[in-house]
Amino acid sequence: MSDVTPGQSPFESPVFDVVRKILWIAAPYTLIAAAWQVAATIFPPFLFPSLIDVFQRVFVILTTWSQFSSVLSTAMRILGGLAGAFVLAAVLGVAIANFRVADRLLTPTLTFFQGIPALSWVVFAIIWFHGVEFRILFIMVMTTLPAFTFQVVGAIRGMDKDLSEMVLSFRPTRWKYFTSMMLPAVLPEMITAWKVNLGNASRVVVVAELVGSSGGVGFQLLQQQQLFDMAGALAWTLQLVFFVLLFQWVLAQLERMAFSYRAVSERH
Amino acid sequence: MENAMTVETASAPTSTEVEIGFHNVSKRFGSLTAVDNLSLEIEKGQLVALLGKTGCGKSTMFNMIAGLTSPTEGTVEVMGRNPFEHFDWYRGKMAIVFQNDRLLPWRNAVSNVELGLEMLGLSAEERRERAIYWLHKLGLKGHEDDYPHALSGGMRQRVSISRAFATDAELILCDEPFSALDEMTSKRLRTEFARLVRENGKTAVFITHSIQEAFDIADRIVVLKRPAEIAHDLKMSAEFDQADHARLKEMILKSLS
Repeated sequence: MSDVTPGQSPFESPVFDVVRKILWIAAPYTLIAAAWQVAATIFPPFLFPSLIDVFQRVFVILTTWSQFSSVLSTAMRILGGLAGAFVLAAVLGVAIANFRVADRLLTPTLTFFQGIPALSWVVFAIIWFHGVEFRILFIMVMTTLPAFTFQVVGAIRGMDKDLSEMVLSFRPTRWKYFTSMMLPAVLPEMITAWKVNLGNASRVVVVAELVGSSGGVGFQLLQQQQLFDMAGALAWTLQLVFFVLLFQWVLAQLERMAFSYRAVSERH
Repeated sequence: MENAMTVETASAPTSTEVEIGFHNVSKRFGSLTAVDNLSLEIEKGQLVALLGKTGCGKSTMFNMIAGLTSPTEGTVEVMGRNPFEHFDWYRGKMAIVFQNDRLLPWRNAVSNVELGLEMLGLSAEERRERAIYWLHKLGLKGHEDDYPHALSGGMRQRVSISRAFATDAELILCDEPFSALDEMTSKRLRTEFARLVRENGKTAVFITHSIQEAFDIADRIVVLKRPAEIAHDLKMSAEFDQADHARLKEMILKSLS
């Protein structure tokens, strides 16, 4: 049973469309892998190990609990740090958007914090705190808080004033106004904020683990550097990349579900 | 012309219940006077058109009735209370149809109509039932689950009218609700709107800059000149013919020019 109707070119069939989409998704990754493999044939293995070696190491990490738990702990640190920063940012963002005093005090403070490099927060955390997990949580929150807060403020201030006035005309309670107007209106920008901060957070957590932790992907990368093991370093890096891609995909699915009401233009 | 002049009414009713009262109201924005010492009373059950040119202060009057702004001087009373100070008291008692439909894009038609009912704490079943009743009454059967982007301008404004009537509010405020629609759709919708107001015994204040629109729907036309001073207060009658309308139109245009 063919999907191709008589008179239709096989290149216009739905099956070919799916194949073409898959090929386009795979194309950039294939290109990176090919470039790496070419380098592996030219340079010695300690600089550019073959992809087979790298994927063997990836497989070992995924199937060995003691190693995979490091990946999970890094993932949990990223999500925990982002969630903590987001909750705090939501409170600060609402305050800044609604109260002039909060705006005057907090906006310059957060702008000042934004100028402090992630590595400085790592050093401060090591000096100030003893517990590893709290240190990492602190670093994650401090490095992502300003961006999250400014995104919340921007989303609240960018709410459609006409729609807001319309909802207010029905005299809602504060909670009802929040659930029927504010939350749906700011949701698109919040998902974008998570997407942007996820990338930042995955970089910061590795630095934090590299310097101040005895576990996680960052710590494992430090081990590989000391062993001068490029295949291992690449395999651990790929774990983090896989996690970011997976979470980005989850966010994209959420976005697709939440915004299915939006009109889609037929012309791209 | 003589006939037309006899429709001028005193703005203070004597025996009927007053729904909206402006008592020596002025509103200033810095050096700009939007409303100047205005006194006006609107009776319960009236469909009143506030007619005036752009910038004459009719939207300021509208915002004062809706409780969105307060007068600089004088008092505004709606159902015997100050709408600015007792803002929440009007929950379920006042509904607004805006110039543009202002439908929430993330809600389908029926959910948009349910919005006002949610504020009243009705059960989900009752909300749905009422919302569907009003959508069908406004001719939107089969479009209950459509999102705003899938509806035409006229259909969206019908949803917005359904949203206002669904709350069963005593007072309906309309801010040039049909001005963005084509003439045919606008005429059809305003006829329907006026019928619904009368059928359901509502009081309605309708802001417009179109003389024809005011003739088509209103029991009473309050003509405003700048800054929101009453130029004419006209009681309309179904018995007026085209010649009467032409004379009234001429008189209104003359006072607005």
